[in-house]
Amino acid sequence: MSQATFRIWRSEPGGGAGAFKNYTTEISEGMVVLDAVHKIQAEQAPDLACRWNCKAGKCGSCSAEINGKPRLMCMSRLNSINLDEPVTVEPMRTFPLIKDLVTDVSWNFRTKKGLKKFKPRKPDAPDGTWRMAQQDIDRVQEFRKCIECFLCQDVCHVLRDHDKHEEFIGPRFFVYAAALEMHPLDTDDRLADLKDKSNIGYCNITKCCTTVCPEHIHITDNAIIPLKERVVDSFYDPVSRLLRMISG
Amino acid sequence: MAAHTTYSYDVLVIGAGGAGLRAAIEAANSGVTVGLICKSLLGKAHTVMAEGGMAAAMAHNDDRDSWKVHFADTMRGGQYVNNWRMAEIHAKEAPDRVRELEGWGAVFDRTPDGRINQRNFGGHRYPRLAHVGDRTGLELIRTLQDHTTYLGVTVHMEHTVIEVILDGGRAAGVLAYDRERGRFHVFSAKAIVLATGGIGRAYQITSNSWEGTGDGHALAYRAGAQLIDMEFVQFHPTGMVWPPSVRGLLVTEGVRGEGGVLRNSEGRRFMFDDIPDNYKPQTAADEEEGWRYVMHDKTARRPPELLTRDHVARCIRREVKAGRGSPHGGVFLDIAWIKERIPNAEEHIKRKLPSMYHQFKELADLDITKEPMEIGPTTHYVMGGIKVDADSQESTIPGLFAAGECAAGINGANRLGGNSLSDLIVFGKRAGEYAAQHARKGAPPKVDDGAVERSIKASLAPFERGASGENPYKVQQDLQETMQALVGIVRTESEMQEAIKKLAAFNERAARVGIEGHREYNSGWHTCIDLRNLLDVSETIARSAIERRESRGGHFRDDYPDKVAEFGTFNIATKRQPDGSMTVSRVPLAEIPPELKQVIEEQKQ
Repeated sequence: MSQATFRIWRSEPGGGAGAFKNYTTEISEGMVVLDAVHKIQAEQAPDLACRWNCKAGKCGSCSAEINGKPRLMCMSRLNSINLDEPVTVEPMRTFPLIKDLVTDVSWNFRTKKGLKKFKPRKPDAPDGTWRMAQQDIDRVQEFRKCIECFLCQDVCHVLRDHDKHEEFIGPRFFVYAAALEMHPLDTDDRLADLKDKSNIGYCNITKCCTTVCPEHIHITDNAIIPLKERVVDSFYDPVSRLLRMISG
Repeated sequence: MAAHTTYSYDVLVIGAGGAGLRAAIEAANSGVTVGLICKSLLGKAHTVMAEGGMAAAMAHNDDRDSWKVHFADTMRGGQYVNNWRMAEIHAKEAPDRVRELEGWGAVFDRTPDGRINQRNFGGHRYPRLAHVGDRTGLELIRTLQDHTTYLGVTVHMEHTVIEVILDGGRAAGVLAYDRERGRFHVFSAKAIVLATGGIGRAYQITSNSWEGTGDGHALAYRAGAQLIDMEFVQFHPTGMVWPPSVRGLLVTEGVRGEGGVLRNSEGRRFMFDDIPDNYKPQTAADEEEGWRYVMHDKTARRPPELLTRDHVARCIRREVKAGRGSPHGGVFLDIAWIKERIPNAEEHIKRKLPSMYHQFKELADLDITKEPMEIGPTTHYVMGGIKVDADSQESTIPGLFAAGECAAGINGANRLGGNSLSDLIVFGKRAGEYAAQHARKGAPPKVDDGAVERSIKASLAPFERGASGENPYKVQQDLQETMQALVGIVRTESEMQEAIKKLAAFNERAARVGIEGHREYNSGWHTCIDLRNLLDVSETIARSAIERRESRGGHFRDDYPDKVAEFGTFNIATKRQPDGSMTVSRVPLAEIPPELKQVIEEQKQ
């Protein structure tokens, strides 16, 4: 049994003053960062705040920044981290702090409400069902793997550095919009909103979101770039622009 | 008097997994006001962990399937102590509930002709599980969550309910606290739906998240509702066993549905060694026939790895006890072997079982397309729970409804894989519908201030004791060890009596727990609140298990290893008496109507 030191952000409630505090704890084979945090909670700091649920990378609750990288604590194995130095564990910095490792992510839930909902075409069969080919839904299924951990939002510089939360929906909701836009049954059109309300143009495809996605969704290549292309085709294509001018 | 805010709704739903969300949708659609309380953030409930699929006899992959076959499968799996009416409703309504999800945006895997694809699963005669790879639960919860977003349901996230409060014997409201600020809130409601999920956290090795502390079970119990079938706990045969930090984490039954086989340390497929008589006619005679079944040969019968979960779990335990286990105390589950049978096996496995592939790759450094997994039984699901009316889901307390895992009846002594997700949507809908109906005819109830104050005072007591009190985490760990060791997969009278004594001691320790710090997002404080629920639930399990002197489904007694016909005629019920003691009684099963009896007989062939 060996030991490791964790440098964990502790704060006063309500996002008050905070500082890193070092905790040394015993570690064993196969442990992940979340195990260490739980051990510290049970043995040294019972009031340490951290969010978690499934501990299997499926619910997206335990998002944090580990040695500066946005990751799920439950999927960060200690044997993949240098333990010769203290392991820094801090909350996601893009969202307001509640306490310790817990942040206020309610902006994400409000943002989703602002997007147009799924609107299916009429059923294909008299019994009220639809027919879809697997190959037509493969790309939508990739987007629907999203576990809403919001690590992509955390790392996105438009949100993190420029604080554009009121004008920009972030990678998570471009993925959400892409899943609806590319859904074979959906009949609504979100392109004008993506251009004007969600400001998809702010994204300059640095792919930071794709890098941190624990579900390995190709956020930039498969969701954001195709949506940008659709926006360009609809609003900036000279031929269709001309047609629009003629038809009023 | 401690300050608290108050809210008032027609229908208050507690829990935002599949059942709670579906109940909220139904209630909101009927025009009443709906409040939804969830212990975590929206969309994180344990439903996301469900992997394999939801069972519905849509007959897309085999046109011999029908509600009758599904009904008979469910009753057989439950060893005939199920509530027959719930099993009937479930089998009949599940297909509509699944199709409805597609209209709300769910994207299920497809058949070649473009319909919802259905897969094989343990105890189901035909391919019946609508699925999305091995992340069906995520698809269900996200679909319901997104649909709910636009219905005007008020969601209270990270709120925990501490007590259900009655008014003249009927449900009136709840006291809750929010984790973020640690403040108390009183919710009054004309009808309450409990949809709080399971009890796995009462055990040391479990597939359940921290939320599975039996809150709804305990809230209803303390309010005086009857619980039934609490002795029936499902130990899922395949949980991870290595490394220690992920012990108990679920490995989907879908692995076996796709051709995964169980082997002991001698390489033997030991599941062929012990096939129960009532499943013999439906089980493959040899490995060859089992493989043909996996390859969708309709003339083939299913491999013994797909027998019911209780049986598979006991066979695994037998192998381990006999010294034929894997290095870390489990057995081997091998899906990699299918490369001997099909080309591109590696791609096939990754496509059919993507999250299993990642789970083992990232948490155990193991490539399931190349090596066998090590697995062993894990506490997964409780068949028992709040006794409800089959049609309305109302408990024995007027105005208090329950749906999903915290309600009992549909599963009897053992749940079939895939019947849980369909249970959530079938009975979640019904609970929402009938709760709304109840709310419309009811007058606003009154939440008694005295009851609220008493509950608040008790909840804050751990702060007064501070660091000098018992460590709540330690009490919880000791409780989990006791339940695992003494009321686990194999039970005896003497061990369970010992557990009852220990539970009394844990109750005393729980009354002395202390916590430091602020009320804001204090995990230690939260553990103090959870503890009470875990203790109540553990006692109902132990006492019910002592009373059932036979072995049936998920309940196996070493001192009574056989099934006894007499015990197949009643459910065991627990109820809290006004003096706080627990009574155990036998509730006769309702007679199955002749036409359904006939269905069961026809399907026995």
